[in-house]
Amino acid sequence: MNVKALICVLACLVGAPAFGQGFAGLGQAAEDYALPDPATRFAFPDDHGSHPGFRIEWWYITANLTDLNGTTYGIQWTLFRNALRPTGRPEDQAWMAHAALSSPLGHFSAERFARGGTGQAGVTAAPFAAHIDEWGISGPDLNSIRVTAQGPEFHYDLRLTATLPFVPQGQRGYSVKSDAGQASHYYSQPFYTVTGTLTLPGGPVTVTGQGWLDREWSSQPLAETQTGWDWISLHLDTGDKLMGFQLRDEDNTTYTVGTWIAPDGTPTPLTPDQMTMTVLAQTRVAGREVPTDWRVELPDRSVDIRVTAVYPDSWMDTLIPYWEGPVQVSGTHSGVGYLEMSGY
Amino acid sequence: MTAAILTALLSYWKRRPAQFAALVLGLALATALWSGVQAINAEARKSYDAAADVLGGGGLRNLVDPKGLISQDTFVRLRRGGWQVSPVVDGWLTTAEGRVRILGIDPFTAPRDGTFGAAAETGNLAGLTGPDAQVFSNTQTAERLANTGVPLQIDDSVAPGMAIADLRTASRLTGKTGYDRLILLPDQPLKQTPLADLAPDLTIEAPATADDIGRLTDSFHLNLTAFGLLSFAVGLFIVHGAIGLAFEQRRPMFRTLRALGVSSRTLVVILMAELLLFALAAGALGILLGYLIAGALLPGVAATLRGIYGATVEGGLTLSPVWWLSGLGIAVLGTALAALSSLYQVARMPPLAPAKPRAWERASQGAIRWQTLAACACFTLSALAYLAGGGLVAGFTLLGSFLLGAALLLPGILLGIIRFASAGARTAETEWFWADTRQQVPGLALALMALLLALSANIGVGTMVSSFRDTFTGWLDQRLVSELYVTVETKDQARALEDFVTKAGGTVLPIWHTDGQIKGAPAEIYGVVDNAVYRDNWPLLASLPDAWDRLAANQGALVNEQLARREDLTPGDMLAMPGGWETPIVGVYSDYGNPLAQVVIPLATLTQRFEALDQSDFGILTDDIPAMRRGLRDTVGLDEARMIDQSALKAFSLDIFERTFAVTAALNVLTLSVAGLAILTSLLTLSAMRLPQLAPVWAIGMTRKRLAWLELIRALALAALTFVLALPVGLMLAWILLAVINVEAFGWRLPMSLFPKDWVWLALASLGAATLAAIWPARQLAKRPPADLIKVFSHER
Repeated sequence: MNVKALICVLACLVGAPAFGQGFAGLGQAAEDYALPDPATRFAFPDDHGSHPGFRIEWWYITANLTDLNGTTYGIQWTLFRNALRPTGRPEDQAWMAHAALSSPLGHFSAERFARGGTGQAGVTAAPFAAHIDEWGISGPDLNSIRVTAQGPEFHYDLRLTATLPFVPQGQRGYSVKSDAGQASHYYSQPFYTVTGTLTLPGGPVTVTGQGWLDREWSSQPLAETQTGWDWISLHLDTGDKLMGFQLRDEDNTTYTVGTWIAPDGTPTPLTPDQMTMTVLAQTRVAGREVPTDWRVELPDRSVDIRVTAVYPDSWMDTLIPYWEGPVQVSGTHSGVGYLEMSGY
Repeated sequence: MTAAILTALLSYWKRRPAQFAALVLGLALATALWSGVQAINAEARKSYDAAADVLGGGGLRNLVDPKGLISQDTFVRLRRGGWQVSPVVDGWLTTAEGRVRILGIDPFTAPRDGTFGAAAETGNLAGLTGPDAQVFSNTQTAERLANTGVPLQIDDSVAPGMAIADLRTASRLTGKTGYDRLILLPDQPLKQTPLADLAPDLTIEAPATADDIGRLTDSFHLNLTAFGLLSFAVGLFIVHGAIGLAFEQRRPMFRTLRALGVSSRTLVVILMAELLLFALAAGALGILLGYLIAGALLPGVAATLRGIYGATVEGGLTLSPVWWLSGLGIAVLGTALAALSSLYQVARMPPLAPAKPRAWERASQGAIRWQTLAACACFTLSALAYLAGGGLVAGFTLLGSFLLGAALLLPGILLGIIRFASAGARTAETEWFWADTRQQVPGLALALMALLLALSANIGVGTMVSSFRDTFTGWLDQRLVSELYVTVETKDQARALEDFVTKAGGTVLPIWHTDGQIKGAPAEIYGVVDNAVYRDNWPLLASLPDAWDRLAANQGALVNEQLARREDLTPGDMLAMPGGWETPIVGVYSDYGNPLAQVVIPLATLTQRFEALDQSDFGILTDDIPAMRRGLRDTVGLDEARMIDQSALKAFSLDIFERTFAVTAALNVLTLSVAGLAILTSLLTLSAMRLPQLAPVWAIGMTRKRLAWLELIRALALAALTFVLALPVGLMLAWILLAVINVEAFGWRLPMSLFPKDWVWLALASLGAATLAAIWPARQLAKRPPADLIKVFSHER
């Protein structure tokens, strides 16, 4: 073993996809941490900040972007907070972040780690600011933010604005992850419009597009037997948004839930297994077979769409690797979106 | 056919077990000493590499603040400016069991290439960073940490003498309030704020390498290697003797084999096969012995390296296949070298040449003339090396070529002396004795040369060690001015200490220091208060007038001899100090045993100019040491382990010193015994061949007993002569070691003292060795059946 393994442990604790103990250790017992409560209602802007009483938490942004030539790009920006001990103290927090840029030139990714309590990473609710090293999200508020990140080969600097309110997922923000009742607090902002600049090995590119924010915190969001997930967030051309995911269990059964979000932001939670996700084709990436072509059916809303990876090589070559990249939607509805798959 | 020839050839050894033993033992000893020394060096080198790898962050560059520690704020500012850096706390923890280097890393940002692999092995982040934060070290180091109460994780991949912990744990253990350096990770992002805007005080430093420790210890390893090589050379003399004898005595057998139709090529090939067989067997035995020697000597070597250089070396041996193979290789090579001339003769021998023993006459006057010429060439080379100067290599060339030259010159000089002695011979018997001795010199030359080398090495190294010991003890007496040396843990303790000592009528001398770079090399900067004890006791090698007054008035600095020699500084020169200021040098002091440059400045200047100070050490002047100790323990709350009195410190320093040279002494004894063995084999060889020369003397009336006595006396006379000749060679060697090698290697020059009492002992030892070696052949001669001697006249052989 080496440091890699150590950071692996960190990553496991932090909540990137990992295998064993559910994935990413997300199936570990909650011990003395706070537990999600269905009665809790979000209070903004406070809930944009961190919840150190809970074990894990993340601030997660994706954007589907195009340049003036119509070339498609995708970016991801994620900050994870993981409590090492249930004290709530800043020095007992570990921080990890992932950033990625999917482009025709390739998929670029980077990751960062930080110890809590030093100022190297942290989040403040108002005015909103989240950072790790030089990467950051800064607002005046979370509906009007600047997002930056970089790696040795890429850099992006984007402005995201939204006018609609934040959308609670699940039952008024209480998102159940298994039949056994594992759950998290979960809200989104799927209505960002995005402008900004990407810097690629070929030079800077001006882009515009749509963005999506997910905020989630919990202490044990998954059942121990759940081994991975397939998650989609789709911007449909009708103005509707669809968030859905299936959690795969050791016994090959799945638990599928999601939310249908109307163009005015009204969420309708999907009941378990109301939506089905079927693999159409797999791509060999980083030595593994990864499903990059999906059929998604939601018969109650007459949705039968094909969700296809724009860049099947969007492999996150991070300590705990996973697949995450922009997708194209066709079928009964068209649109764009993001797909994240872990546990492959 | 081949098998039959080989059996015939091998049957000889069965009849001569002693000769066989000499051959195998000589070869095995030569290989053993050589590979033992190699094993020690390799082990040390491996430890340096492991340490440098971790300390240097696996060859990555570092950001350092020349003025002191780097704050957490600076680190965060750099990270937020796009700099991928990882902080390191690097300090020492002194426990009752010894010092441990504590390396604090930030597991969140540390390089992911496995450099700090060890700490990560079994740990998890919570375990490494939590309230019960673990410390990773290997088994031996863990023993030193056992009483600190730190939760330990054993990980034998951690470099010896080092412990790896989380930053915060390391800061707590070492009392440091900042970071010693920031590792600059290899992959930096696209956009960064310029370093000058974020942290103008920081500079980028090249990675530390094993060479940094290696350079300091080079001289030590070179010393060992030189000894290994010397022993190997001496061992080869034995092998040469044994092989020469065997070939000489098997001449009739060779003739018979050739007469039976064996071609000279086949014979040579089979002889080579025989020798290869012996070389491999003896080589394997030698490697085994070498392993034992290295195992026995390594702890001493490790203690020396730790004591003098602060370099830690593991006490256990792990050997690579390369080491085994090179040991065998050197054994085969050595055998080939020793057998070359004998094989050449067998190849050229006419099939039916009379198998007359040639009694080593090939080493005739002509050969000795050649040898004398070669000796002159060696002396010229050593003179050139001395004149060229500079560097250890030149130093060792000087030493090596001088020794070789002296050895080569030996037979010529011996012959001269014998000729002179025989001119004064009165009786026929004496005249015959000297003539016969002269005739034997070529045959014994190699063994005597080996003896000369062993003796002069003994004298030279002995003189150096004793001179060093004399100087060192005298210097320690002067230098250790305080009666008591203490280390405090906190600033409060320091204040309490000063209060208490002053009240008790003693004097406190702070021994505060900081580490820095002077002229691009690591240096220690000490601050002293103005006190008469320094003026009275510190020996200055060179100084401006009123050096101590000038120092007290902050008008200059003292530097140690190492720094002065290395940078060619003399009092009056300006010295650039870390932090960008200059001060004149007012004096140079001797500082034996310290590999680093050292500067002494007034304490006030030290505290004013440098932030990162180690302010924990104090010297105390007192008349009543036990009372002072008690008071410090009861009133100030100092642990007994943190106080050491002058005599204990002196004993500790001398102990390190003695251990340093214990290895040298052991190798010395081994070399001398190898030389004794060489004489024995040579005498055995000669005694068998000299019958034709002795028989006529016996026939005209001299008894066998008398002949044997004369043989014994001859061996003693030659050994005595060799010793007398070895004396000037050894003293010259000592001078080279003290005045050339030490200056190059350590940076200090020692006065040379002579120790004639040691020489008497050595003379007795060498005569004893010669007697032991000669007594067996002499007894053989005394008991020889007269029939053997008569046969000489009729034996057709």
